[in-house]
Amino acid sequence: MMQLRITENVHNWLFSVMPEGVASIVEMVLIAVVYLTIFAVAGLFLVLLERRVAAWFQLRIGPNRVGPQGLLQTMADAIKLLTKELTGTERADKFLYNLAPYFVIITALMALAVIPFSAEFHAFDINIGLFFLIAISSIGVIGILLGGWSSNNKYSLIGAMRSGVQTISYELSVGLSLLTMVVITGSLQLSEIIEIQKSGWLILQGHIPAVIAFMIFMISGTAETNRAPFDMVEAESELGAGFHTEYSGMKFAYFFLAEFINMFIISAIAATVFFGGWLSPFGITESIPELGVFWFLLKTMALVFLMMWFRWTFPRLRVDQLLTLEWKYLLPINLVNIVLMALLVWLNLTIRL
Amino acid sequence: MSYFSEIYKGIKTLLTGMSVTGKYFVTSRKGAITQQYPDNRDTLKMFDRFRGEVIMPHNEENEHRCTGCQKCEIACPNGTIEIIWDRGIDEATGKKKKKIDQFIYHLSMCTMCGLCIDVCPHDAIKWGQNFENSVYDRSTLTRVLNKPGSTLMQGVED
Ligand code: SF4
Ligand code: SF4
Repeated sequence: MMQLRITENVHNWLFSVMPEGVASIVEMVLIAVVYLTIFAVAGLFLVLLERRVAAWFQLRIGPNRVGPQGLLQTMADAIKLLTKELTGTERADKFLYNLAPYFVIITALMALAVIPFSAEFHAFDINIGLFFLIAISSIGVIGILLGGWSSNNKYSLIGAMRSGVQTISYELSVGLSLLTMVVITGSLQLSEIIEIQKSGWLILQGHIPAVIAFMIFMISGTAETNRAPFDMVEAESELGAGFHTEYSGMKFAYFFLAEFINMFIISAIAATVFFGGWLSPFGITESIPELGVFWFLLKTMALVFLMMWFRWTFPRLRVDQLLTLEWKYLLPINLVNIVLMALLVWLNLTIRL
Repeated sequence: MSYFSEIYKGIKTLLTGMSVTGKYFVTSRKGAITQQYPDNRDTLKMFDRFRGEVIMPHNEENEHRCTGCQKCEIACPNGTIEIIWDRGIDEATGKKKKKIDQFIYHLSMCTMCGLCIDVCPHDAIKWGQNFENSVYDRSTLTRVLNKPGSTLMQGVED
């Protein structure tokens, strides 16, 4: 079922001034434009945030010259990247080489569409939402693999293969930790998952196993986005820039932006599944549904900050340590955790306000 | 059982690390180590161990501590120091004695290794903290460290 629910008014107005077929196409185009804008703005904002936060973690100041408090720094960077020459390696597989960035960026955009920003602001409320998210987030890695493979560069290839290893392993943990929560909700539809949390956020309802699931999700989510301490895909000190060593200009920017949007998506999923999405804490602003976006962004940004905190604290893992962490620790704990959660639900030990 | 204690230890050490960086994050506004250089040129003070250039301190009576022993000239691996010396009459004893005429220092050749300063038996030369050494003419980087008319401080050799 496809439901386009961005503000009822625009929808009704559009359908009143044009024939139905045209109106729905115009509406889709509008939604696409809105999401592309969100994509660009959020990407640029997150890059700036990352640089400032990183600076503060390292007792530096960070970019503060372009615009007030350096607010226009990433805009300047984007313009710089736009005007740069697009170079490529001589014997690259040109078709795949040019295709790869779009894989990464389109999957990020598709995932963004499923995320409920608020009760109204939700482009695509599919009934298998969570499953769709898990599935789509593993397609992004194809872009990375293609990019690394087609650049015809040993560093890119090693980076891409590492990314394959990493994603295959950690995809399991992401899926299983979300499944743990699905045991409580009994639904994969994101709007319904939020509905259930009106009687307490899931991290509260599921208490101990939910906290464990949240920790596992944050760890494996960080690994999914290829961020430090799991950034072996890029590993500047070992591989140059990893899979995107040979990309320049806007194609590099696509990879770069997609990485930050993926971080936003992982945080948004965590905020939705564990912390009630756009619901206000204890329903304090339940009468003003417009504040939903604010609460959603607040929770997501808090989790984004947590991921940045990870990145600027922990050293990079080795490949064998990465696999040990997943297969010896996260996976068995996760499996036990699901059983625990199932027991909890069966014996009715969940906490409902 | 070591499986669980390892998990516990792992989480504990990770949290310790995060608390350290967390403290930095909170205090970064006061403790930022970044120097916004051209803006704070008037107040910027380089830390004492910074090796900017070799200097020869003089006291108020225009006296330095260099006896002209040339140990620094020998120690320098790349011939940065040249000592042009002379013989003068020592007023106290009336005997002939070595004294420096010019202590020539080529900043453009110095690698800031510090061997000259380590080897000097009389602590006549020290590190200066000046770092603004860019010039338009490289000949200005060749300096005479002893000031004109300066003499040897009394009692340095005893
Ligand atoms: S610091 Fe080293 S290179 Fe420079 S003058 Fe002294 S001995 Fe020579
Ligand atoms: S600076 Fe020191 S080592 Fe060099 S000539 Fe003078 S006294 Fe001797």
